Amino acid sequence: MTTNETLHTAVFPSGIASVGLGEVTRQIAADEPPPLPPNAQLAVIGKSTPRLNGRAKVTGAIRYTVDVVLPGMLEGRMLRSPLPHAMIRAIDVSAATRHPGVRTVLAVVRPGDATGGIVRYIGAPVAAVAATSRAAADEALRLIQIDYQSLPFVADMDAARGPDAALVYDSVSAPHTHAAQPLNGNVRGPATTSRGDVVAGFAGAETIVEGEYRTHVQTHCCLEPHAVVADWRADGLTVYLSTQFTAGVRHDLAEAFGLPLNRVRVVVDGMGGGFGSKSALGNYAHIAVTLSRQAKVPVRIILDRQEEQMDSGNRPETLQSVRIGARRDGTLTAISLTSYGSAGVALGAGVGNVAESLYPCPNFEGAQYDVFINAGPGSAMRGPGNTPGAFGFEQAIDELAGRLALDPLVLRDRIDASPVRREERRLGAERIGWQQRHAPGADRGPVKRGLGMAQSLWGANVQINSACEVRVMRDGSVEVLSSVQDIGTGVGTILAQTVAEVFGLRPEEITVRIGDTDFPAGPPSYGSRTTASITPPARTAAWRVLQSLYREAAAVLNVASEKLVAHDGRIVVGDDPSRSIAFREACTHLRTDSISAVASRSDDYGGFGRRMGDAATAMQDLGGVQFAEVVVDTETGIIRVERVVAVQDCGRPMNPLLIESQVQGGVLMGISYALFEERILDRNTGHMVNPNLEQYKLVGVREAPTIDVVVLENYQGNSATDAYGIAEPSNIATAPAIANAVYNAVGVRVRTLPMTPATVLAALGKIPDPERQQ
Amino acid sequence: MIDTAATITGNAEAAQIVGPPTRGPQPVSITLNVNGAERTLQVEPRMTLAEALRGPLRLTGTKVACNRGACSACTVWLDGATVCSCMLLALDVGTRRVTTIEGLAHGDVLHPVQAAFIEHDALQCGFCTPGMVLSCAALLERTSDVTAEDVRAAISGHYCRCGTYPHVVAATLAAASTRKSGT
Repeated sequence: MTTNETLHTAVFPSGIASVGLGEVTRQIAADEPPPLPPNAQLAVIGKSTPRLNGRAKVTGAIRYTVDVVLPGMLEGRMLRSPLPHAMIRAIDVSAATRHPGVRTVLAVVRPGDATGGIVRYIGAPVAAVAATSRAAADEALRLIQIDYQSLPFVADMDAARGPDAALVYDSVSAPHTHAAQPLNGNVRGPATTSRGDVVAGFAGAETIVEGEYRTHVQTHCCLEPHAVVADWRADGLTVYLSTQFTAGVRHDLAEAFGLPLNRVRVVVDGMGGGFGSKSALGNYAHIAVTLSRQAKVPVRIILDRQEEQMDSGNRPETLQSVRIGARRDGTLTAISLTSYGSAGVALGAGVGNVAESLYPCPNFEGAQYDVFINAGPGSAMRGPGNTPGAFGFEQAIDELAGRLALDPLVLRDRIDASPVRREERRLGAERIGWQQRHAPGADRGPVKRGLGMAQSLWGANVQINSACEVRVMRDGSVEVLSSVQDIGTGVGTILAQTVAEVFGLRPEEITVRIGDTDFPAGPPSYGSRTTASITPPARTAAWRVLQSLYREAAAVLNVASEKLVAHDGRIVVGDDPSRSIAFREACTHLRTDSISAVASRSDDYGGFGRRMGDAATAMQDLGGVQFAEVVVDTETGIIRVERVVAVQDCGRPMNPLLIESQVQGGVLMGISYALFEERILDRNTGHMVNPNLEQYKLVGVREAPTIDVVVLENYQGNSATDAYGIAEPSNIATAPAIANAVYNAVGVRVRTLPMTPATVLAALGKIPDPERQQ
Repeated sequence: MIDTAATITGNAEAAQIVGPPTRGPQPVSITLNVNGAERTLQVEPRMTLAEALRGPLRLTGTKVACNRGACSACTVWLDGATVCSCMLLALDVGTRRVTTIEGLAHGDVLHPVQAAFIEHDALQCGFCTPGMVLSCAALLERTSDVTAEDVRAAISGHYCRCGTYPHVVAATLAAASTRKSGT
């Protein structure tokens, strides 16, 4: 149906609502719905609809993966390596096999297998059992005999870069990227990007700021542990999985177990947080499926909290050297960035594109290195790369403003090309009372107050491979179906709003069926792309179904179907509102029990900025500007964040209430990252010493400041809904905004995360630097 | 010199006088009062209340996130007071009344805190929500004269990784004022 011949011209709202809306003209396919007006003119989209599964969540009725119980189901547990680097010489599972509760045993690592029998971090799975109870499985694990040959290890990123460091991998076994970057000892890279001539740029600079910034490892701490129930049967595999991407995991499973896609089903209903750590299949799920295949009954694996902390992903640590050259008026002449990061035994410890792309600068050079250490693999975590990257770079920009005696907002007004962030700075400055900001360290007395701000950069991501079905039944009931899963953002509610707007119904009249690969394949819940990817096909599918329904209604009302509109539960003749038929009644005229349409995500009408396989990035990036007010006790080193103003954009806001929740969550995770959380790895043993939730510190309600959330309406005429993401952008600017506020309070820059009392006191010169102590 | 030999090595009769009867390690039968109903079940003595609720009683609304009393996700009421059900053996509950998230609403009528949580979006992924709701509801059962600081105190032991704290405080204050004006 969609061909080039059927393109037609459509005029869309464009621009930032608080600044003033204009129009943009696009060529769109004939089977795309007409432009959606601004939110002010809509009945359902853009309104604060409470989430539709709220009742199930407050009554405990919603079923998470950890709640799934199947008949005959066994409990699986994994035996994990007690050594940071070792070769398994022998493994004897016979005693475990004889345990009365045990049904099957699996040696995950064997001498001489593809891994060479080598384990590379404490907590790496080496064997697994499935038993009639979790306790029996744990008893059986203790019966497994393993002969380990301990190998030299390194569990500290700085030490791992040294010439004599123990090697985590050899050149054959080391993970590599498509670009095949060189491996030098434990260091893979660099990944480089450059433009212009940085040498000339720095030579032409009138001021240069440079600094070294260090960020730590943060763990995801999803409250629902990673969990799976695998049900292997002769006619196919069903996997219940706490996952951020049902459709992607189906692919992973099909490939791993040699099954056709149509024999693999992945299901998730309640999903207790992911934050990036539940994006792919995971070793535990692979093991559960293998155990189920062996035992011929369903097997459940639920990680305990220690396993969560050691082996379910983490945000990699980084060490960043940032150098910025500028003229006296602030004009940037050169930026260079060198980063080393460690994702443990994995790759992916880069610091993103903040330094490269946040501000236009003709001369840029970036080199990012991955350092392998003997620690659990890192993974994507809320705003991966850019969150640690912004901590360094946005402090450097703040420092540049100070050096040039410019207000940080004035400097950014000069160097930031984004009209979106300009408006966000204006709104945020007004909210926080920026004009009351004093000179750094100006407060007398030991307790000092400060104001700071920082900016975010994140791609407006889209999953092109995203589909959705909308069905209308003869009784007037409506359902929307997609494999897309609700990680906690409330995407089901947003889908219901989208479809309800088309049909002129209320969101609660739409049944949402998601989180199941039996439905059309939806997008992942990562990369802040879910709403951007799945709401346009939902509206498109609903609109196409509505055209069919209009034909039935037109016959009854004896008008041309083009004249019909749907609102307030009725199908109405547009130029004669006295003639109408109830939506429900129109449906009774359907020839079949239901009509349906499946739509997939069209390309952005204005084109994509970048496209890679199933993923694409919109022309315009997402912004976000955050302001923080802090109080620093210079005697104890304690930082208290009193207030955060977060001004964000996400294209068309679909549901302000849910967006506010997302942004508050992003800010709180940012505060937690900035001040409290830290995976502490004993460099002498490779053990994580705080693999729990009492010594691994998370922000609690006592540390939660007042958070003002302001969200722009930023229309671009790019899709059937023009909606983009919010979850990650709201996390990126928080830590640097706090750091800049701390500088404003005490006049000393804290360049290391987390900004614990010890770090602050060391920065103030009151105690020796804890990082340098052994 | 005190002769302790009797209690250490003494006969079975003496031991029974000194301590309570030994139970387990095999499963034993206990009766729990859960959400107003007497429920008889088999538990291993090492089974926590959280495990008993989620396992044999199939009341999976109670969530276990840390399993050592650090996050309060598993909060239930014992005689109306909040406890971490992961830190209590099912065998030790005795005759105390257990209220779980499934037992908070009256039929279809939600507790005011539950209704306010929905309205104020005081939940995201929802995994900490049952515990949060029970702690906030327990606060309201004690008094409807509630300040924001009272709510913060009530949930200070709870972790929410999604960051719902601001909406939880707002929802609970709204529920308190509804209850105050409504009754």
